[in-house]
Amino acid sequence: MDVKSLMTFREALNLALVREMEEDPSVFVFGLDVADHKRIFGSTQNLVEKFGTERCFGTPLSEDAMTGVALGAAISGLRPVHVHIRADFLLLAMNQIGNMMSNLRYMSGGKLTIPLVLRAVIGRGWGQSAQHSKSLHGIFAHFPGLKVVVPTTPQDAYGLLRASIRDDNPVIFLEHRWLYDISGEVDENEAAALGQAAVRREGDAVTLVCTSWMNVEALKAAEILSRRGVEVEIVDVRTVTPLDEETIVSSVNRTRHCVVADYDWIFCGFGAELAAVIGQGCFGRLKRPVERLGFAPAPCPTTRPLENLFYPSAPTIIRAVEKLLGLAETDLRGESFYSYEQRFKGPF
Amino acid sequence: MLDKKEALSLYQKLVLVRLAEETIREEYFKDEMKTPVHLGIGAEAISVGVCHCLPSGTKTFGTYRNHALYLAVTGDTDGFFAELYGRLSGPGKGKAGSMHLCAPEHGLMATSAVVGTTIPLAVGAALANAYRKTSDVVTVFFGDGAVEEGAFWESLNFASLKRLPVLFVCEDNGLAIHAHARERRGFRSIPDAVRAFECHLGAGDGSDIVDVVQSTRAMLGQMSQEPKPGFLHFTYFRFLEHVGPREDFDAGYREKPSPQELERLDPVRRLERELLRRGVAPSALETIRAEASAKVRRGAEEAQKAPFAPPAELTTDVWT
Repeated sequence: MDVKSLMTFREALNLALVREMEEDPSVFVFGLDVADHKRIFGSTQNLVEKFGTERCFGTPLSEDAMTGVALGAAISGLRPVHVHIRADFLLLAMNQIGNMMSNLRYMSGGKLTIPLVLRAVIGRGWGQSAQHSKSLHGIFAHFPGLKVVVPTTPQDAYGLLRASIRDDNPVIFLEHRWLYDISGEVDENEAAALGQAAVRREGDAVTLVCTSWMNVEALKAAEILSRRGVEVEIVDVRTVTPLDEETIVSSVNRTRHCVVADYDWIFCGFGAELAAVIGQGCFGRLKRPVERLGFAPAPCPTTRPLENLFYPSAPTIIRAVEKLLGLAETDLRGESFYSYEQRFKGPF
Repeated sequence: MLDKKEALSLYQKLVLVRLAEETIREEYFKDEMKTPVHLGIGAEAISVGVCHCLPSGTKTFGTYRNHALYLAVTGDTDGFFAELYGRLSGPGKGKAGSMHLCAPEHGLMATSAVVGTTIPLAVGAALANAYRKTSDVVTVFFGDGAVEEGAFWESLNFASLKRLPVLFVCEDNGLAIHAHARERRGFRSIPDAVRAFECHLGAGDGSDIVDVVQSTRAMLGQMSQEPKPGFLHFTYFRFLEHVGPREDFDAGYREKPSPQELERLDPVRRLERELLRRGVAPSALETIRAEASAKVRRGAEEAQKAPFAPPAELTTDVWT
């Protein structure tokens, strides 16, 4: 049976949930808005109709306790998928995440297993401002005991979500809002494993190590740079924890130049961890210090001109590559970059 | 009223907990038990009495003041002392210590040093029971301080909304570390505040194990007749400091009760008097105490001879 089809990232998430719920009756999906008419931007579509209100239900506005409820259900043998429409709300659940979820297996001498997934939407939308824009993957990954996944393609949304649900550890699964409309081929039979980075594009000049949406920006940058003969290699990290250091290090050892483009603040962020891993693994091979791109050191502003400066993008990647290689700046006038209006409208 | 045999079995469990904690008090100053201990002297009757009424294997959750709960559920003084002495043979391989004792194989899923954090877990475990169409009751113990945490109200709300089979047991000693209830509460009383929710409500004297057992049985009866969460409020007196092996009546934040009052507030002495009144021979009680004492002593001694976790254990059990 042919199981390859073209679908959007949101459809891929939905398909992963449907398949896991079909195959395992202990999987259930809950959280604010999962069963309302909007269904978390469509990603929880049809679940309540197909599986009933016991396996797909909304909750009170109680992020802290509902995270504890997910944890209590998980150590009781169920596989909860707890959904948040913005990752920023997970800060309300940090007590459960950082004091309980990450510790319980260890403190029980390995007797408890915690098969749960926290899905949360990250990043940019329509002027989302400072409280609907964060990513936080570095904060979650800081805690031993958690796994953190940042998918970019529809195939990964499908495969990595299924792998996360099947994992016996707590997994925080972060989905960029703009990726929801990206289309791609999804092979239902292709298994995915946590802990494997993917080389999205091969090149010999510079390695771009990217998280989440930055892969989309990097591909655009690569296309423009390629026209002047600069071929960049793009490594999609895919899972922050466990981190596939080998793929990253071996790519940088070949290209001898690296730009880390992380979708988070730079200071004390995951980008610093990547730079350290690359510094250790590629010290003698690096021709220049690793360049780091990330959010500007400010809360995210609403107004578009400032928001455009806040987030790293294809133009900032191009400039970083040029700086690293000592090239003159490419004339970017006339280039078409991703903008909301091409795909995304408000309000959310 | 409980029959004599049942009362004696409760006495056995109470005495085991009391002697284990008295042993900690004696040994703690030697600095070999390198874990903060929150002793429950005065509180034993609540865990022992409630757990006595629960079917074996019932899922339970607790706090850092969990010694009575752990011993009531498991009777395992050997593992208990091994954990307190940080040994590999402890239930948490020595990595958990006093504040995080658990025994999932006996239903004791988790205890926690951050106030209120196990309450939603118990609700999640009750949700799992409801999901599997069983009405098995999950029980969670917490102090009166936890009632000030948002997680408590969020949990009570959700459990009441979903009519989940969870029994909330509030162990109220009127103190949050050293802060009295009057310094912390903007509401009249805990039962009054809880009454607004769709749950069964009960209360009792937590210093009196007979009352604890009767209140718990009545509550479990109500919960099985009309499926809703239950909330049991028990008052008790904390004999010792918040953390550590000593009394702290000289610290100035509370008065020492009179000797008669202390007798009334001591659940072990109280049950002893009741048993003697009912004609149990003092020698029978002495035998129970001697057996418990030997068991406790053996546990504490063996633990100190047991090996610590090897270095590889440092990073074992972080992930599966």
